[in-house]
Amino acid sequence: MTCWETIGAYAFRSIGYGERLLPRTDFTLCQQFTLIGSGLIWNLYFGVLALAAGFFLANAVALAKASRNPWARKPAEWFIFVFRGSPLFIQFFLAYETFVMLPRAGIDILGITVETDWLTKAWAGALIVLFLNTSAYAGEIFYGALQSIPKGDLEAADAYGITGWKRFIRIQWPTMLRLAWPAYTNEAIFLFHATTLVFFSGFPAFQQRGDALYYANYFADKTFNPFIPYPIVGFFFICLTLGVTLVYNTINTRLNRHLPQNQRARIRLRPQVIR
Amino acid sequence: MFAFCADPSTLDGLPWLACYLTTGKHLDFYWSFVVVLLLLAITAPLALGMGFLGAMASRSPVLPLRVIGRTYTAMVRGVPDIVFFLFFVIALDQGLEWLLHQVVCPDWDQPIRQGTEFRVCPQAKIPASSASAFWYQVDGFLRAVVTFALVFGAFAANVIFGAMQAVPKAQLETAEAYGMSHAQVFSRILVPQMWVFALPGLSNLWVILIKATPLLFLLGVQDIVYWARELGGSKTSAYEYPHPDWRLWYFLGLMVFYLFATYLSEKVLGRLTAKLSRGQATAAGEALRKAGA
Repeated sequence: MTCWETIGAYAFRSIGYGERLLPRTDFTLCQQFTLIGSGLIWNLYFGVLALAAGFFLANAVALAKASRNPWARKPAEWFIFVFRGSPLFIQFFLAYETFVMLPRAGIDILGITVETDWLTKAWAGALIVLFLNTSAYAGEIFYGALQSIPKGDLEAADAYGITGWKRFIRIQWPTMLRLAWPAYTNEAIFLFHATTLVFFSGFPAFQQRGDALYYANYFADKTFNPFIPYPIVGFFFICLTLGVTLVYNTINTRLNRHLPQNQRARIRLRPQVIR
Repeated sequence: MFAFCADPSTLDGLPWLACYLTTGKHLDFYWSFVVVLLLLAITAPLALGMGFLGAMASRSPVLPLRVIGRTYTAMVRGVPDIVFFLFFVIALDQGLEWLLHQVVCPDWDQPIRQGTEFRVCPQAKIPASSASAFWYQVDGFLRAVVTFALVFGAFAANVIFGAMQAVPKAQLETAEAYGMSHAQVFSRILVPQMWVFALPGLSNLWVILIKATPLLFLLGVQDIVYWARELGGSKTSAYEYPHPDWRLWYFLGLMVFYLFATYLSEKVLGRLTAKLSRGQATAAGEALRKAGA
């Protein structure tokens, strides 16, 4: 089997296309690269969707936490506390056990039977957990940024008679995003790293369709040689991290476009806010 | 545990629960909480030490040392920590056995890697194949400690390196102007001032470390996750204490434990930050000064 044939057979193995049987003996470097790369599709799927959806919930959570109304503030504080204070690993377990306990036949809501089976599958169940988790982390980052908007900006808005919704959408929100962005980039990077936990915690891999680390672990178990598959995962993730940084950097440049060069916040590791 | 627990099938209600929660396996479960706390207590100073060395190496004027330090600090940024956990466990195992193999049986003529097998001579096995189950547990625990210290040392190195850069340059230049040597500037000026800059990062790292302890389960240690799964799984009437699938409740218990641990840590670390910020030329110190005035 040449390398091109291997790529043809295994490139989309993780989502159920191509060769069904995983290689069992005589593992080639090409097979390891292809399958682990194929698994990366899942990491991308989880990361991109959780971040995209989480961004909106994070904004809502941050606003709720900054709100003066305790009915909005308290739930937001608890949401952030629970998801930031407990390990993602336990959250996955807990979510899986909860979803498994739901009645198999589905739940009757107003005469309509709602299927629950799909929740126990990783593509939905783990995605929900990751979505809520990143919302909590990003919500806290956004909340912090919301608190550190310069007082002068708000006073200037008041002086010009910009109030209410307009003040929020034109002044507060863009400034919040700008201030939060470097930390939010860290969150995005580490969320992608967190996606590797999915298939190690509760959620089973259906028909051996797993993520990058799942396949790397498979190879390491079979060959008993960690020095090839794990560096391959490492390589893929370094590329992924660079890609994420590039995208977020572009957005950061846009958010900072009105500022002089030396005042722009640079994107670097911020250990005080990583997950 | 209690005298009335002799025949659990006759019990129900509270006595049953009291007996159930004090079975030998449950005591093992409670003990595993101690194991987790022990791991934290051992790992945190080790990781801090590794981080300090890493940060020092990253600042070194010697190029090879600097490259090693920079690589070490950069490694956790791009690659998920769980990859290192899975990698180091086998790599440490094989590395140590290989080293011991070279020492103990130098005239072994077969190749160590035979296809998919890793074969060292029987004397070089770690732990020795005759060792008891207890030593296997200790061995697993020590490996976990080393792995955690290496990975979190890299995170700590990032924090400490950043904190060292954050100490105002003028302070160091003044010290040099007074005729202090490099080592003196480092130990008398840089290190004492660095901590307040490092503290927010280190606090967060401590919380991350707490939240990473369930990964012990992946390293094969019988930790709280292992016991929660083991005890929570449904038990048929063949067992002394039959019950349906209670894993959800066990995991809820673990979640409460972790929430409590992180909450307590944040309170304590918040106080420590306030204490260390007193009189410092940082924003937090300034806020304290204003609040006092």
